[in-house]
Amino acid sequence: MPDATSAFPQLPALPGVGYKAQHFTDILNDPDPVGWLEVHAENYMGDGGRPIAQLRVLSERFAISVHGVGLSIGGETRLDPDHLARLKHLCDWLDPASFSEHLAWSTHDSHFLNDLLPLPYTKDTLSRVADHIDEVQSLLGRRMLLENPSSYLAFAESTFSETDFLAEIVRRTGCGLLLDVNNVFVSATNLDYSPQGYIDAYPLDAVGEIHLGGHDEDEDDHGAPLLIDSHGREVVDPVWALLDYTLARSGPKPLLVEWDTDVPEWPVLAAEARRAASALTRVLS
Amino acid sequence: MTDQGAFHTGLLNPAAPVPEGLTDGHDQPAGRRYGVYRNNVTVSLRDALADGFPSLVSLIGRENFDHVARAYLRQSPPTSPLMMQYGAGLPGFVASLEQLRHLPYLADVARIDVAMRHSYHAADSTGIDPGALQALDEDRLLATTFTFAPSMILLRSQYPIGSIWHYSLRGGDKPTGTAQDVLILRAEYDPEPFILGPGAGDVMDALQNGTAFGDALALGGDDFDLAALLNLLLSQNAITELSR
Repeated sequence: MPDATSAFPQLPALPGVGYKAQHFTDILNDPDPVGWLEVHAENYMGDGGRPIAQLRVLSERFAISVHGVGLSIGGETRLDPDHLARLKHLCDWLDPASFSEHLAWSTHDSHFLNDLLPLPYTKDTLSRVADHIDEVQSLLGRRMLLENPSSYLAFAESTFSETDFLAEIVRRTGCGLLLDVNNVFVSATNLDYSPQGYIDAYPLDAVGEIHLGGHDEDEDDHGAPLLIDSHGREVVDPVWALLDYTLARSGPKPLLVEWDTDVPEWPVLAAEARRAASALTRVLS
Repeated sequence: MTDQGAFHTGLLNPAAPVPEGLTDGHDQPAGRRYGVYRNNVTVSLRDALADGFPSLVSLIGRENFDHVARAYLRQSPPTSPLMMQYGAGLPGFVASLEQLRHLPYLADVARIDVAMRHSYHAADSTGIDPGALQALDEDRLLATTFTFAPSMILLRSQYPIGSIWHYSLRGGDKPTGTAQDVLILRAEYDPEPFILGPGAGDVMDALQNGTAFGDALALGGDDFDLAALLNLLLSQNAITELSR
């Protein structure tokens, strides 16, 4: 367990973006770039080459958040020791301002499925997730942030709400939370509850970072709206409004715009980051 | 109870029923909501393979590639979260497909795609100063063994795979000819496949296995161009250490 009094990861309460290699030169040449960058841990676990060289350059100028997508913290089986060792190596040389992962699983039976898969919220899964977070935090010697998922379905066996589950994880492990407000909006729409009610019940004191991203729209078997967390377009207005609602209660937080598929030219992503900056300005005024 | 085994099985098998115990958030069965995860898994793995095999995509077209990729990913899902490594078995899978038998070179061209990605992520290294080689007298040079950059990869084929790879991604004349040896080299960060001249594949194979320079040269044959090979290796920072 890391020291329970240790500070939250030190990302600045400014807008950042998910880093894409095609934006490397644009970011370095932008006279007014974003406040920080987030990278997917697994893309920087090779032995060398351009990805790591670029990350070294960027880390000299920007605070870096390492965001894992492959640890399978919600998995039924033990965390992959090889993957944990790679993660520790990355965090040791890079010394990022933050490390975060997902309340989800992606590995089963030694198969890695490359998606963030859902888990029921029960006493058993709570213990398992808490144990996995303890293991990660002990190994890395730092607090991690845990991100709420986008949900397309629910489990009949769940006995906790997601917000109660996350609050209990925080209480047991001392970890922080990465609040993805797009995921809140997607899940609330898909499972038919109030996104504002979710924020009201969410342990905002534990938030070390907020994510924003775009989603796609579909329908379920009964014609009900089914939103898909695609990270392939602009953040929609209701999600910006939910961000304002959240910031009004949480105060300023590090904000991250994610755009992972159909990645646009740098100015489009930079414009999204500026919109996030204006949300921060509103909460400070 | 919905265990992860049941959830997992249906993700890679489109014929499997939706697992029990999943709902729409109220009391209706999840139905096609489960299909979102199934689709996410398939599409993300398929797209990762397409990104990793640009020449294969170009040669058989994206639609055909997607069929091959879907069959492959259901049979051989990733076993590591490092997607940069996924697909190493795809060339062998391609070679096993009856429908692609009429394109017997495909698997070896796909091996260039795999090797290019491997080279791209390989450890960094520094090439020797060319003067270090010139400074050796003949006896010492012949007894020298070479250490090569981790990003260097030799591929040997009975097909003109280097020409086909170039044609598939960069155009130009339709490839002709027969067997080719391809040496992937990464001078700094961008790997490049070079087609080796006659005899150079045998020489490189021996050098990579630690054979002394003099003994390796003897394998080159009459048409082997030593100067061309050394220029290539030195200009691409491929030799990282000399020893004897």
